[in-house]
Amino acid sequence: MKARVTVTLKNGVLDPQGKAIEGALKSLGVEGIDGVRQGKVFDIELGTTDKAKAEAALKAACEKLLANTVIENYRVEIA
Amino acid sequence: MKSAVIVFPGSNREGDVLRALKSAGSQAEKVWHAETELPKGTDLVVLPGGFSYGDYLRCGAIAGRATVMDAVRAHAARGGLVLGICNGFQILCESGLLPGILMRNANLKFICHRQFLRVERNDTAFTRAYAKGQAIDVCVAHGEGNYTADEETLKRLEGEGRVAFRYSDAQGHITQDANRNGSMNSIAGIYSEKLNVLGMMPHPENLIEDLVGGTDGRGLFESLVSSFPRAA
Repeated sequence: MKARVTVTLKNGVLDPQGKAIEGALKSLGVEGIDGVRQGKVFDIELGTTDKAKAEAALKAACEKLLANTVIENYRVEIA
Repeated sequence: MKSAVIVFPGSNREGDVLRALKSAGSQAEKVWHAETELPKGTDLVVLPGGFSYGDYLRCGAIAGRATVMDAVRAHAARGGLVLGICNGFQILCESGLLPGILMRNANLKFICHRQFLRVERNDTAFTRAYAKGQAIDVCVAHGEGNYTADEETLKRLEGEGRVAFRYSDAQGHITQDANRNGSMNSIAGIYSEKLNVLGMMPHPENLIEDLVGGTDGRGLFESLVSSFPRAA
């Protein structure tokens, strides 16, 4: 079983890296971009075929390590 | 007094901290991050600066979950002293021992310079050798030192007198210019609820000798040592 975890900054949390990328895109002449927020993607291989177990493991992974919930949200997708 | 300096893969300031502790009169030894216990009789745990685990994932995130951190949490829960400097502060935030997080510096630059700090209170084990409101001359070296917390946490820290140091000018004035990493309320260091855990971004251990340009960092280590009765 495979899963993808996406970790993004919560709304309102300043993202200087996103801002720098936004500025770089502007200087490259890429038009029509109003804002960039940078996040992280984790592609995870799971050793189980039980969806409920996989969901529990992924939730634990996110809460314990992958996301810092002070500033980040996470989303789990199981393939 | 007995200090344990925790070494993670990528720590690089453990030597400076050991030297500062010993010169202030503490026994001090290094402890590897995979240990499950602290040396018997440890009074103070220090998490030194560096780039633990190459800052992978988030600064301090992986070190904050190292096995030795369970022992550090237990030590703190018993009222034992814990000091985290720079990456050590990031580790304390990631391990849940201190609230908030250190974000990328607001100007996106790694900053490395001499920096004055205002000592917010001098009635803790870490600061009794200083005067309240004194501006001390230390240095900073970090890319992620922008202290950030939600409004409620910030209010609690301020209300409970848990801000240890703020970035200031040489006179102790809190100015925007002095706050080069963009930290909320110019916060350079904070205490835990019981004031026994201190996390700070600047490096007092670098300014302990005239030879390298200053001795204002000594006070912190002397405060810690003076908190314990001297062994005969």
